[in-house]
Amino acid sequence: MKISIQPEDFSVENECNILRLANPECGALVTFSGLVRDLEQGRHVESLILEHYPGMTESSLEKIIHQAEARWPILDVTVIHRIGELKASEQIVFVAVASLHRQAAFSACEFIMDYLKTRAPFWKKCRDEHGESWVEAKTSDTEASQRWE
Amino acid sequence: MIAVHYFASVRESLGCDLEKLELPAGVTTVAGLIDLLVKKHGKDWQDVLGERSVMIAVNHEMADRSASLADGDEVAFFPPVTGG
Repeated sequence: MKISIQPEDFSVENECNILRLANPECGALVTFSGLVRDLEQGRHVESLILEHYPGMTESSLEKIIHQAEARWPILDVTVIHRIGELKASEQIVFVAVASLHRQAAFSACEFIMDYLKTRAPFWKKCRDEHGESWVEAKTSDTEASQRWE
Repeated sequence: MIAVHYFASVRESLGCDLEKLELPAGVTTVAGLIDLLVKKHGKDWQDVLGERSVMIAVNHEMADRSASLADGDEVAFFPPVTGG
């Protein structure tokens, strides 16, 4: 398991290679990348500013991964989440799940993202031509997370 | 001594990111702590911390207003999370 909260960008290819080589029995690798959109509710986004709760962020992600491991036969997981100021098209988050077969990896990857969005203590502030405002939590994210309960 | 952290819009509304305080005898829950903080800082704090959507963590675990508190605990108040 790898969990990293970092301001720096990351390489999806490198992260996939690390997982692939560390898990020779892996037959399926599913990845998700979350990006900064240039339009948010009709407004042009200059950047997103991400903050988190150091310590709790890492422990909540670890807990989410353990929950995924208890539900599906997965081999390994990488979660990278960036913090600080990110511009449109930049990578925000990366989740990769390695498993023997694809079904567990697809489901676990979706589960981890749904739980991350509703349980991991990160907050986004949006900077646009009107100034700065906090991004509101979405009901659709809560619903996505509830379907696993 | 307990540590109380405030994050994101909660921090900005209160103008405070961290405070450390002694837990007086009789304050044993998060609800009791909120009353203490409102008494200390004023009614504005009730408007922010009393907001139903405000999330609470005790020692890095999600908690609610009935959660118990003890000396040495770390408490945090923050808005619904928006990562990913």
